[in-house]
Amino acid sequence: MEYEAVIGLETHVQIKTRSKMFTSVAYKFAEAPNTLTDPVVWALPGVLPVLNFEAIRKTIELGLMFGCTIPEITKWDRKNYFYPDSPKNYQLSQYDQPLCLGGGVEIEMEGANGSEMGAHRVVKLTRIHLEEDVGKLTHFAHDSLVDYNRAGTPLMEIVSEPDMHSADEVFAYLNAIRNTVSFAGISDCDMEKGQMRCDVNVSLRPKGSDKLGVKVEMKNINSTSNVRNCINYEIRRQRECLESGVPIVQETRRWDAALGITQSMRNKEDAHDYRYFPDPDLLPVKITPELLDSIRADLVEMPFDRQRRYMSDFGLPYSLTSVLCHDRELCNYYEASLKAYPKNPKATANMIVNDLQRELYAKLQQQSSQEEDVFEETERKSVEHSKHLEECLLTPEKLAGLVEIIDAAVISKQMAKEVFVEMFATGKTAAEIVKQRNLAQNSDTSELEEFCRKAIEANPKAVAEFKAGNEKAINALIGPVMKASKGKANPAVLLPILKGLIK
Amino acid sequence: MSQEIYYKKLTELDEMLDKSEISAVELLKEFIGRTKQIEPQIGAFISFDESRALAQAAESDKRRASGRKLSALDGIPVGLKDVIAVRGQKLTCASKMLENYVSPYTATAALKLEDAGAVFWGRLNMDEFAMGSSCENSAFLKTKNPWDTTRIPGGSSGGSAAATAAGECVVALGSDTGGSIRQPASLCGIVGMKPTYGLVSRYGLAAFASSLDQIGPFARSVKDAAVLLGTIAGHDPKDSTSVKIDIPDYAAQLDAGALSGKTLGVAAEYFGDGVDAAVRKRVEEAIELCRSKGANIKEVSLPHTDLAIPVYYIIATAEASSNLARYDGVRYTHRSKLADDVISLYTKSRAEGFGEEVKRRIILGSYVLSSGYYDAYYLRAQKVRTLIRRDFERAFESVDAILTPTSPTPAFKFGEKTANPLAMYLSDICTINVNLAGLPGISVPCGFTPEGLPVGLQIIGKAFRESELLSIAYAYEQAAGFSDAHPNL
Repeated sequence: MEYEAVIGLETHVQIKTRSKMFTSVAYKFAEAPNTLTDPVVWALPGVLPVLNFEAIRKTIELGLMFGCTIPEITKWDRKNYFYPDSPKNYQLSQYDQPLCLGGGVEIEMEGANGSEMGAHRVVKLTRIHLEEDVGKLTHFAHDSLVDYNRAGTPLMEIVSEPDMHSADEVFAYLNAIRNTVSFAGISDCDMEKGQMRCDVNVSLRPKGSDKLGVKVEMKNINSTSNVRNCINYEIRRQRECLESGVPIVQETRRWDAALGITQSMRNKEDAHDYRYFPDPDLLPVKITPELLDSIRADLVEMPFDRQRRYMSDFGLPYSLTSVLCHDRELCNYYEASLKAYPKNPKATANMIVNDLQRELYAKLQQQSSQEEDVFEETERKSVEHSKHLEECLLTPEKLAGLVEIIDAAVISKQMAKEVFVEMFATGKTAAEIVKQRNLAQNSDTSELEEFCRKAIEANPKAVAEFKAGNEKAINALIGPVMKASKGKANPAVLLPILKGLIK
Repeated sequence: MSQEIYYKKLTELDEMLDKSEISAVELLKEFIGRTKQIEPQIGAFISFDESRALAQAAESDKRRASGRKLSALDGIPVGLKDVIAVRGQKLTCASKMLENYVSPYTATAALKLEDAGAVFWGRLNMDEFAMGSSCENSAFLKTKNPWDTTRIPGGSSGGSAAATAAGECVVALGSDTGGSIRQPASLCGIVGMKPTYGLVSRYGLAAFASSLDQIGPFARSVKDAAVLLGTIAGHDPKDSTSVKIDIPDYAAQLDAGALSGKTLGVAAEYFGDGVDAAVRKRVEEAIELCRSKGANIKEVSLPHTDLAIPVYYIIATAEASSNLARYDGVRYTHRSKLADDVISLYTKSRAEGFGEEVKRRIILGSYVLSSGYYDAYYLRAQKVRTLIRRDFERAFESVDAILTPTSPTPAFKFGEKTANPLAMYLSDICTINVNLAGLPGISVPCGFTPEGLPVGLQIIGKAFRESELLSIAYAYEQAAGFSDAHPNL
C-alpha cells in the first residue's frame, strides 16, 4: 500500500525585545550563567509578572503578515508542571485565547534548477501564541546545573495545521518562517542559538484517505537539517511498522542526531496534565483597532512579494532574486544602491549577488579560519554575513557609483573587477580609484590610431584574412592595441578605427 | 484617660513626637520593652531586628528635629505580617519551607511605609502561607489571644492582630484572602480592614490566592487604620491588578456624623444558626446604635451567601496549588537531605517543608484543576463567584454599606477546631464573600461577650469607596466608644 505522511509543526521563535516577557531584565545569548535574572525571573515569593508590550506588538505583526485573525481579547494562562528549568513550576502561556488565529505561510518548493522558480503553496496555520521561555539545564553524572538567563524570554509559538506531507515541504516552511520573521526584524531565527526550535508531529495514512493516522511527536529539534533527517527517519519507521502490522502508538519521541534515529520518550498515558487556568496576576488584554492600524502601517513587505516585485519591476532573473530575497540585509543594500543609481537594476543586482557576495564570503572564510571556528549551519553563516555587510567599507552608494561609470563606459567591465576588489578592501569610491590609478578608458582617437597602425603593421597575416572576409580575424589585432594602451582602450572606439585603417 | 504609651493611638503618638514629648528612639524602646515583657505570654513575633529598627527611629528623630517629617507615620513602630517582603529581612510565611529565606527586595506596601518614615518593628506570626483561621498552622509558634491567652487570636494574620491589641506595636499590616485581617481583628478587639481588590499593590506579598489577596491595616482606631491605608494604597506598575485611581486623604475625610442619613443594609443570611448568641446580640445592638445616630436600616438579600465557602475553597486552593509550586527545593527553599533524584527532591522537600493544612489545600487545588474536573469545579466556581458579586451589586443599589458580624463566634480555645477542618473553614463564613466580590470590608469592635471576649462588627462597602466606608466605621466607633478598651496584660 502507498502511504502519505501528514506533518504539523509547532515552531518556537524567540522574540528580539529589549527586556524579558514579564520583567525588565534584558536577554542576551551566551552571558555568564544566572546573571540575566531578577526576583521575577527567580520566582521569589511575592513577585508579579508585568506584560512586555513590545512582544505583543511583534507577535501581532507576524500574525498580520501571515494573514491571521487577531481576536479582540487575548489572555494569559498558567501551564502547570514541575521541572527545574521552570522557576515558578508553571509557564505563562496562552491556552484558549491566543493572540493570532488561522492564517497561512506561503512556501516555495525547490525548482528544477537554480534558475527556475519552484512551486508555491500556502501551509495553513492554526494559531500563534505568546509565552515565556524556560531556563537551561546541563546534566552531569551526579548533578544537574540550571541557568535561568533564558528563563522568561518572550517566545512565540507558531502552530501549523497538519498540512505538510514531506520533509522537503517542512524545510520550505521553516525557511519561509525564518525569512518572514527575520525580514520583519522580529528575531534572527538562529537555530544554533535556540532562537528558533520546533516540535514536529508526524503521522501516516493510506494515500487518498482523509482520516488522520496516529501521530508521533518529536520535541525540540534544533536545526533544519535535523528536522529534515528526523522526519525522513520517522516516515520510514512508521511505514515499516504499518507494513509489518505493528501498531503505531501515540507518543513523544526524542531525535538522536548522533545516531540518526528517534527514540521513545513517553507515551500518551504519561502525558502531563498541565492543569491550565487563567493567570490571576495578569488581566486579559484588549487589542484595539487603533493598535492594529498602527501595526499594519509599519508592516514590512513579505519576502515572496518582494521577489515577485524585483522580477517584474526590475526585470531580474529568478536566480538573482532567489539570492537577494532570502537576505534582508542584501535587499536593503540593493535598494539603497538603486536609490543612488536607478538606471541599471540588473547590473546592480549582478554585482551584489556575484562580486559583493564573493568578497564577503572570502573575508568571512579568512576570519573564521583565523578564529579556528567551524560553521556548519548556513543560518549561522548568514547572521555572520549580515554583520559583515554592516561593517562593509563598500557602501551601497559607492557600489552604485561603480555601476554608473561602467554604464558610462568610463572603464571596461574587465577593469571594473579590479576596481571592485580595491573598493571592497579600501572603501574608496570608484571615481577615486580610476583617477588615482589613471584607469579611465582611452577614447583619444589620435593616440588609438597610432596604436592601431602599429598593430596592423605587425600582423599582416591577420589583416589579409580579414580582407579575405574572415571578420573574426580582426580580434587578433585588438590584443596588441589593448596591451599598448595598458588595457584602457575603449573597445567601442577601437573597432571602427581598426576597420577604417584596414580599408 | 491617662494611658500607657504602648496603648496610645498613632495619631496621639504623632502629636507627642511633634511636640518632642518623646523621641522616636524612646518610643521604639517603649515597644521593645513591652514586647520583651509580654512576648512569653502572647507569642506574636516570628522575628525582630532591634538594631535596624533603632537606626530607623534615629533617622526619624533627625528628620523631625530638622522639620523634614515625612508623614504622621514618621517614627511610628509598625509590625508586618511575615508574608510581606522587606529587603534583608527573613520572610518565612510561618513555614519551614522558608525558615532561612531572606528577601532581597521590599514589597511595594512596605516600601511606601518606609518612604513615610515608619519604623519596622517585627515580623508577625500567621498561619502558614496565610492558610488558616486560628494561627495554629504556624510552623514556629502559637500566638495567644491577648484577652484570654487560652484562646486563639484568629487568623491567618493572628500575630498582627495580637501584637496590635497587646500594645507590642502601634499599627500593623496583614493580608486578607478570606477574612485573614477582619476575623483576627474582631477576635482581638481592634480595627482591621481589607481594602477593595486592586487598591493596594500585592507586589512583595507572598501569594496565597492571587485573585483574592489584599494587604490591609490593623489599628486600635479607625483613624489610625485610615492613616495606614492612605499610606500603602495606590497604583503600582509592578502589579498589573492594581488600579489607577487617586487616593484621597482618608484620615482627613473622616466624618463623625457620617451615619446620619445613610442607608445601611442588614442581610438575614449573615445571622444564621452558626452565629453565636452573644455575637448576634452585640451586632444587633450595634445596628440599633447606628439607627439611633440617624442611619436607615434596610433588609437586603444576598441569596448566594451559602455558596461562598465551597466556591472559595475551590478558587483559593486552585490558585494556591499553582502559587506554591515555586517552593520546590531547587533554589531558595528548604531542600530535603534525603533527595536523590529530581522527583524525590520535589516530593521530599515539599513533604518536609509544608504543614498539613498547606498540603491539604495544594492537593485540593490540584484536584479541582485537573483535566476532566476543571469544568465541574473551577469553571463552575467562577460562575458562582459572579453570582455572589451580583448579589452585592444589587444590594448596593439601595444601601450605602452592609452590616454583619465579622466572625460567627468569639475567639475559641486552642485545638477546638484543629481536628475538623470544615468547622475551622466556617470561621470565615461572614468574611469570604467580601473577598470573592472584591469589595472593601472593615471590622470594628462592638462590645464583649459575657466571658469578656471581643466581638467585631463588619461593615462592607462599595468598591473603591474606602473613604465612605471608613467614615461610617469612624462614626460608629465614636458613638460606641469601645476603642479605648484594652486587654489586661
